[in-house]
Amino acid sequence: MLSDKSLQRIEELKKRYQRTQSVILEALWLWQEEHGWISDEGMKYVAGLLGVPPHHVYGVVSFYTMFNSKPVGRHKIEVCTNISCMLRNSERIVKHLENILHIKVGETTPDKRYTLMEAECLGSCGTAPMMQIGDEYHESLDEGKVDSILAGLR
Amino acid sequence: MEPLILPKITDYHKIDVYESHGGYEMLRKALGMKPEEVTDVVKKSNLRGRGGACFPTGLKWTFMPKSREAGSRTAGQTEKPKYLCVNGDESEPGTFKDRAIFEFNPHLLIEGTAIACYAMGITTAYLYVRGEYIRWIRMVQKAVDDAYAKGYLGENIVGSGFSTNLYLYRGAGAYICGEESALMNSLEGERGYPRVKPPFPAQNGLWGCPTTINNVETIANVPIILRLGWETYAKIGAPKHPGPILVGVSGHVNKPGIYEMPTGALLTDIIYKYAGGVSGNKKIKAVIPGGSSTMILRGDAIEGVTMDAEGLKAAGSAVGTAGMIVMDEDTDLIKVITRITKFYYHESCGQCTPCREGTGWMFKILKRFENSEARMEDIDLLLDVANNIEGNTICALGDAAAWPVQSMIQRFRDEFERRVIKSSSILVGTTVAAH
Repeated sequence: MLSDKSLQRIEELKKRYQRTQSVILEALWLWQEEHGWISDEGMKYVAGLLGVPPHHVYGVVSFYTMFNSKPVGRHKIEVCTNISCMLRNSERIVKHLENILHIKVGETTPDKRYTLMEAECLGSCGTAPMMQIGDEYHESLDEGKVDSILAGLR
Repeated sequence: MEPLILPKITDYHKIDVYESHGGYEMLRKALGMKPEEVTDVVKKSNLRGRGGACFPTGLKWTFMPKSREAGSRTAGQTEKPKYLCVNGDESEPGTFKDRAIFEFNPHLLIEGTAIACYAMGITTAYLYVRGEYIRWIRMVQKAVDDAYAKGYLGENIVGSGFSTNLYLYRGAGAYICGEESALMNSLEGERGYPRVKPPFPAQNGLWGCPTTINNVETIANVPIILRLGWETYAKIGAPKHPGPILVGVSGHVNKPGIYEMPTGALLTDIIYKYAGGVSGNKKIKAVIPGGSSTMILRGDAIEGVTMDAEGLKAAGSAVGTAGMIVMDEDTDLIKVITRITKFYYHESCGQCTPCREGTGWMFKILKRFENSEARMEDIDLLLDVANNIEGNTICALGDAAAWPVQSMIQRFRDEFERRVIKSSSILVGTTVAAH
């Protein structure tokens, strides 16, 4: 299910495009914001809402890396490890996070608080190394800064 | 040169500050001209696309068919709606310039978009922004809302009778959606698969309608051209590739960041004058001049090379997105090329066999070099795979994956040779043991 506010937003968005199918990505974003990840139920719901086959929605979800097709922790931490960040020691940031969270890349802490991932270039090459947590960018990192950012999370 | 794309004015992202410095005056000026006159000015300015391909922008605009008026039967005109897609997918490793425009000068982008729409008779524009940039999407959305409120977008723009809409569209994490036809598929709610060309977008684009796709920085140059006049604009920087350009410098430099400069700047000036030189005063081993897809240059070969399409082509690379990555003398280039290749392997959309399979093979072979487990013949095997991807795919991602590998082997073959397994007898031994 989606909230009335989201459903209203989807109705507005439909007017922007020649075909309602264009709203799929936005509808999936709304679902993910409300539920944290996109379950089979979510895909079927969005398909019904927009009048497209469920397999099409599945195809979209599986194509785009930002859609979580599995549950993730409350805070999804993504460390950029692409070249510009790599040259400025992103590996050390990843190792530090693995050490303090006691999980490996791709895993979620048992309390479901953190999921740790590596990301492709996030467009912060001038302020490398960096990580994204949820919607927020955290740039020009070192180990100490990572500690204080984590301490500040709800 | 005073910065034109990112002027150093406090709160320039706010509409009233932008207006108080002459903002949206060029939109008024354009609306007082004939649409084809606007296109002509852009054409004469020699503005070339800032997204990587350096295609002449004004020429691209002329590919759009004219709208057919009611009752007219003129050939080559269209009754269909026409679209502009502004490409803000910005995902090329080493590239972070469009983000600066979103943050510091969104109204220049909006003004340029409205002018481009007027020039091509377009009534709907979409700004496609990568999903990770949600913070910047919110910033640009605020600017768009303000522009609507002041009558610079929407119905009857500043009383001219011309109407156009601008909508933001959020991507969801796919490098390939920066490819123009994949971007259109993504906008249609599909997987981001590139389309076979022809037909080209100007004939058959979004929903089968005439469409133009321009990069964010390209569109941001349009009001600047109108303000300076094409004669003045065309004299900025490199004659064949003029104008201001945002160069992003990252890697082993003291002051990484975005620097605005005229095209044609020396790479050495960019590194030493703008970006504060190499960290720890080390020597430069290699430079990737325009994002990870562009061919790598040897550090001892950048003297005299300039940041413009012709200058970098002559040096055996390309200007790309002007995202420059500097690597010092201690850099492990095998690790670098393995990481770059892993990226293309991850981002290949999977439609074309040479790219889908080839990027994986290249990554596997490179892993052998990274682990010092490669054979001497693996160098040519790697090159062979790269050569068989290049030119054999629907879109340029295949080429983008092949070029870094090809150039790395061509210019740093010794780095590969050093990672070949030392004694062939070990291999023989393994083979014997396996039997």
